[in-house]
Amino acid sequence: MNVFFFKLASFFYFLGALAYLGYIAFFKDSLNRMGTTILAAGFVSHCLALLTRYIEAGYTPVTNLYESLSFFAWMIVGILLINQWKNKIKALGAFLTPIAVTLMLFALALPKEIVPLAPVLKSFWHPFHVFFAFLGNAIFTAAFCCGVMYLVQENQLKSKKIGVITKRLPSLQVLDDMNYQALKFGFPLLTLGIITGAIWGEYAWGRYWAWDPKETWSLITWLFYAALLHQRLTVGWRGRKAAIMAIVGFLAVLFTFLGVNLLLPGLHSYANW
Amino acid sequence: MEIIVVGLNHKTAPIEIRECLAFPDERIAEALGQVKSFASVKENMILSTCNRVEIYAVARVPEKAVLDLKHFLSDYHRLPLKEFEKNLYARSGEEAVKHVFRVASSLDSMVVGEPQISGQIKSAYEVSTQANTSGLVLHRLLHRAFHVAKRVRTETQIGNSAVSVSSVAVDLARKIFETLEEKTVLLIGAGEMSELAAQHLVAGGVRKVLVSNRTYDRAAGLAHQFKGEAIPFEDMSVGLKRADIVISATDSPQYLIQHEQVAKVMRDRKQKPIFFIDIADPRDIEPRVEDIENVYLYNIDDLQRVADENIRDREKEATKAESIVQNEVVKFVNWYRSLDITPTIVALRKKFEDIRQKELEKTFAIHPALSEKEKKSLEALTSSIINKILHDPVTFMKKADEEMMTDLYIDTLRTLFQLPSNASEGSSGKDEEKPEDEKKEERTTPNGLT
Repeated sequence: MNVFFFKLASFFYFLGALAYLGYIAFFKDSLNRMGTTILAAGFVSHCLALLTRYIEAGYTPVTNLYESLSFFAWMIVGILLINQWKNKIKALGAFLTPIAVTLMLFALALPKEIVPLAPVLKSFWHPFHVFFAFLGNAIFTAAFCCGVMYLVQENQLKSKKIGVITKRLPSLQVLDDMNYQALKFGFPLLTLGIITGAIWGEYAWGRYWAWDPKETWSLITWLFYAALLHQRLTVGWRGRKAAIMAIVGFLAVLFTFLGVNLLLPGLHSYANW
Repeated sequence: MEIIVVGLNHKTAPIEIRECLAFPDERIAEALGQVKSFASVKENMILSTCNRVEIYAVARVPEKAVLDLKHFLSDYHRLPLKEFEKNLYARSGEEAVKHVFRVASSLDSMVVGEPQISGQIKSAYEVSTQANTSGLVLHRLLHRAFHVAKRVRTETQIGNSAVSVSSVAVDLARKIFETLEEKTVLLIGAGEMSELAAQHLVAGGVRKVLVSNRTYDRAAGLAHQFKGEAIPFEDMSVGLKRADIVISATDSPQYLIQHEQVAKVMRDRKQKPIFFIDIADPRDIEPRVEDIENVYLYNIDDLQRVADENIRDREKEATKAESIVQNEVVKFVNWYRSLDITPTIVALRKKFEDIRQKELEKTFAIHPALSEKEKKSLEALTSSIINKILHDPVTFMKKADEEMMTDLYIDTLRTLFQLPSNASEGSSGKDEEKPEDEKKEERTTPNGLT
């Protein structure tokens, strides 16, 4: 049942992505609204997928790579829906939905059976850890998209090529604001994610911090965003610099989430398949 | 009966001629009355703007009406016809309808897609309505024209891009700052150019205007006009630190604003973006300034180039618009042709005859016992009822041929009996709502043109 809803959600996300890309191509507001409606339907279906899996498994379904990818995509779509609802950056859908669809397709290729929960994952803190970490990641993903849009738009304005692209992308101000907002919300969430992770580590392995690759890379990511936040507040690192940092930061996030699981062995390897 | 257009526009006539033939607003009603007094003309309206003077008319005798209108223009403006006849165009029938639709959709404008024409044609129509010189055909023609204009606006991008230097500047500022509200503009040089540019930005929402000029008094004067603030010329850096948009238009022979100065100011501004617009010739701002991060520099030529590109884009969109127009012309002409008497009478008879046949069949089916003779007499009876009913209206319509209101009766007849006119939207009651829609549209139309 949960897999059915998951597939349905993937299908809706795919259609939504097409509508958003169509909006970018033809610049028709109706396509943007259509994309949001389809995406909302996909989100509901995805919620049902998570709920049914929770009921069928008896634990919060964020314990293996399939579940994590699904959860990550769910968060990204949630963030996008909030953005659409607030009507902030209309072009964001065309950037975020393809990422969500990619995550969903990746997840679809993985084993989806519900297995008995590994003892280390039986913890009060584990779901919180995952929730904070992925919400932060989803926000950083949005910041990444805004960073890309910023660089493109800035390039257009600087090189004085004012045309179809300039029209479709939002103003630099809005993109930069979004970058800052993402940092303001994303950084505390990442921090909470690491803290709850450490507490859970204490229960699971009897120590707060073990310097396994996942932990090390989280720390690197955290330090990176901390530096960006600091520079932004003190010397006004904004615009181009902030956009580039958001892009690099996202790559660090991605590596911490996927690269570590797939490439480096460590305590988080249960998150492998 | 035919729709005709007689007039001239910016493409066919130089400004001197257009000025001579223009109708002052307050005298249009009177002129409409004069045109209406021609026996050849049934309905008319006059559109007179700085780019065109046109008379739209419904003519009883098209060739005669065209001549009458030409002479009317000549007599009214006391200008011999031979002096401007070569500038005039006259169109009739389908061509005339197409012309009106193209004008209303701003496809025939000097700057294709400019929004003013739609308001101008609307008020010209209103004047003719008040003067009672527009009737059924012009009403329908103009309402369709407004509908076409709306379709063109919503279905193409024709009016979406800025085509004047100052509107391009405002657009760019919006792409950098999102909104101009709460933004500060610094004018360097207190000349006419600065003033014009500032007016545009203030209209766009800028709240605070700073003025810096070599002669302080002139800066103070201009600042006063915008309820702004004058800044001594030596304190330019202070102004640069506070401003988000800088417009420079002095006749200084060397650069007033240098790379180093701006680089330093940017540190003081904590990298807050700044938009320089250099409309001076020779330039006031060192071009290298734009290499600095968060600094955007456009000079007058850059702005002009963007405006020109936008105009080319509009022309591309115009091709799309032309096919919308063509499509609507066909619909309108179908409706218009249906106003002929003979096809209307034929259609009316056919409708009645169809009803009669169906009802007879039903009756015969219910009463299979009817003899041939009885059937015959039923047929004769029903047929005779129909002829009696139709006799008066048909005679009236035929006699009314020369009367004023024929087309109105025909249209009413077609509407009442739901006679098909080939045009899908031929007989709609929706027309009444359209002017309302248009008004709403008008308010949202940006008046970004100078």
